[in-house]
Amino acid sequence: MNILVYLIPISLLLGGFGLGFFIFTLRSNQYDDPEGDARRILSDDFDSKPK
Amino acid sequence: MTTALHVSTSACPACAAAPNVPPAETDTNASAQIMLSLPTIHCAACIAKIERALNARPDVTSARINLTRKRAHISAGPETTAQDLQQFVQELGYEAHELDQSALNATQTDRAGRALLMRLAVAGFASMNVMLLSVSVWSGAEDATRDLFHWISAAITLPAIAFCGQPFFRNAWAALSQKRLNMDVPITLAILLAVGTSLWETALSGEHAYFDAALTLTFFLLAGRYLDHRTRAIARSAAEELTALEVPRAKRLNPDGIEEEVSVAVLCVDDLILVQPGGRMPVDGNITTGLSEIDRSLLTGETCPVPAAPGQAVSAGEVNLSGPLTIQATAVGTETSLHRMADLVALAESGRSRYTSLADGAARLYAPGVHILSALAFAGWYLWTFDMRTALNIAAAVLIITCPCALGLAVPAVTTAASGRLFRRGMLIKHETALERLAQVDTVVFDKTGTLTEGMPELTNLDGVGRSDLSAALALAQGSAHPLARSLTQAVRGVGISPLELKAVTEVPGCGVQGEFEGQELRLGRAEWVGANGANQTSVFLQRGKEKPVPFLFSDNLRPGAKEAVAALRDAGMDVHLISGDTAVPVANIAEQLGITSWQAEASPTDKAIHIQEMTDAGARVLMVGDGLNDTAALAAAHASISPASALDAARVASDIVLLGGDLSPIAAACVTARAATKRIRENFRIATLYNIIAVPLAVAGLATPLIAALAMSTSSITVSLNALRLR
Repeated sequence: MNILVYLIPISLLLGGFGLGFFIFTLRSNQYDDPEGDARRILSDDFDSKPK
Repeated sequence: MTTALHVSTSACPACAAAPNVPPAETDTNASAQIMLSLPTIHCAACIAKIERALNARPDVTSARINLTRKRAHISAGPETTAQDLQQFVQELGYEAHELDQSALNATQTDRAGRALLMRLAVAGFASMNVMLLSVSVWSGAEDATRDLFHWISAAITLPAIAFCGQPFFRNAWAALSQKRLNMDVPITLAILLAVGTSLWETALSGEHAYFDAALTLTFFLLAGRYLDHRTRAIARSAAEELTALEVPRAKRLNPDGIEEEVSVAVLCVDDLILVQPGGRMPVDGNITTGLSEIDRSLLTGETCPVPAAPGQAVSAGEVNLSGPLTIQATAVGTETSLHRMADLVALAESGRSRYTSLADGAARLYAPGVHILSALAFAGWYLWTFDMRTALNIAAAVLIITCPCALGLAVPAVTTAASGRLFRRGMLIKHETALERLAQVDTVVFDKTGTLTEGMPELTNLDGVGRSDLSAALALAQGSAHPLARSLTQAVRGVGISPLELKAVTEVPGCGVQGEFEGQELRLGRAEWVGANGANQTSVFLQRGKEKPVPFLFSDNLRPGAKEAVAALRDAGMDVHLISGDTAVPVANIAEQLGITSWQAEASPTDKAIHIQEMTDAGARVLMVGDGLNDTAALAAAHASISPASALDAARVASDIVLLGGDLSPIAAACVTARAATKRIRENFRIATLYNIIAVPLAVAGLATPLIAALAMSTSSITVSLNALRLR
């Protein structure tokens, strides 16, 4: 059962990483224009700084 | 000491080195933020083309298109106006409209939606982790391992609940502080009691902890809240966009004689305002100079234009037809007759607020029931065993199992599905209970002008007029911007008649057009001007010299889908009525065309509202469909109301549903969808109740384990959501 000492923190950490990433996408306005973002990938312009 | 005061507060050396820029200067250089609505964009190529063209302009600092909202946000130099950019985009081949930014405050709703989504994400994360730990407990973890898992669960649950549960706690507190019960009170109690007893159990290394239940509950309820919020936010932003499309501007005549285009908001009483033909009166006022005709159809429903001369009073919202007018403002802003109509609306609306939504009805029945049940279980077990711990545990289990998890999803899941479906058909559901009210409707009242008809006159007696008269009328009418003249031109050109060669064609504002043919004076215009007896329908007259005037009769075109809508509504067994502010003959005509037997003409705005009130008192559930200012009170008084997107802002605000296209036929389909949605909501309530009926006896008997609670909660929530998706 000693393995739990590693496994539980690891699983929490991984889950927490996912949550943190989701919050980052939310904060950087990535859900404001889902339709536009899906199509922009088709345009040839290189957009290194999406607004 | 003094040196310390001069040290720059900035930590960046470059900022410290650069001279301080006075803030006033940055203000004057502030770029203009312009927003355009681009309804026709649809693909990556459209985005790339418009953005590239806009960004290539030297005066545009940045341009970004949002395809979901079909808008362009542009920051440009202060000298750039929205009209320039609108024209620029239109030259690229895309329809563009300026949006009034002050009417758009979607950012605020966005922030609320984002906060809810964040809480939903945290609740999802926490509940999944705790659920994993709980699964190992249920599958047989014992002693120290079980205690460890419970403690870890507690460590995740406590902060997560404190963060995610806030919307419920706040609502519950607001209700309790007003000594009322709402759905959030049992929710809050269940969550807090579950967490409390579980902590106690864990401290005593007990077997049952409900941490997972408390979190799943929060997660499902937040999902319901988020769906609800999103549906409303979409409707609100679409409604705001309709308002923002009407940028209120007026031409003010300054005392020094210079015309200036200003926003309607800055106009004052006694300002002189120029209104061009085709323009709408921005304020109430008196005409000081100019002769014209005005179209009052949006205010009164009359289709016949009325003459306008100096000294006459005009109201905001009327449309100037033939000649330029200068008006002196007598009332501006909220004082105008347009806004005063809002008082009437507020009065009529008090009746509607008495409607109790299905969800509120369920909550009213449910909340006390849950509390009583759980208190009884607690009291019963305490009296039987005198064991506080067992009694509290059972009370918590009852609260968790009866907690309105599925109920919280039952309504939002269905309304989200139904509103999405109707939105794709061109109907915007503005009010949250509009669907439920629409489902109960058994009587439909239509307005005529602008609702059943397009508000555009059409020549009806083309065959009854001789070729030479048509040719003369065309020659006179083709230069005029008056709606009747334009309609006449179009109709006569349509049958291939060429205009007569006339001399000295002049437009006499407020009267008509005159010209000369072979020394004979020709006139085309109002009945009084040419000395004819006015017909009892919209008409103009052609007079050659002193001959008898020839009438040209007009009637209003039916809106596309009007016939289908009326027929479908009647087939669905509803009473269809027509109430209009127009005169009897055109109203009777339209009623006959559509097969409406019950109609009323020359109704004032109050008449309309009273009529609807009478029907309501007689037990009918009335759906009002109208567009004019004269309909606003009736729209608000009716059980449910629909207005077309072409309606005045005041009418759109007063109605529950906005019809986005020009076609009326979705109305009947909307009633069907609304009924189906209400049926689904009731069905969902029944499903949720069924799960409760099975699980509650187990809980009261003390047989409910956290596993049973989790199963009952998840299956009922998922069944309810799936049932909502079946909606067609």
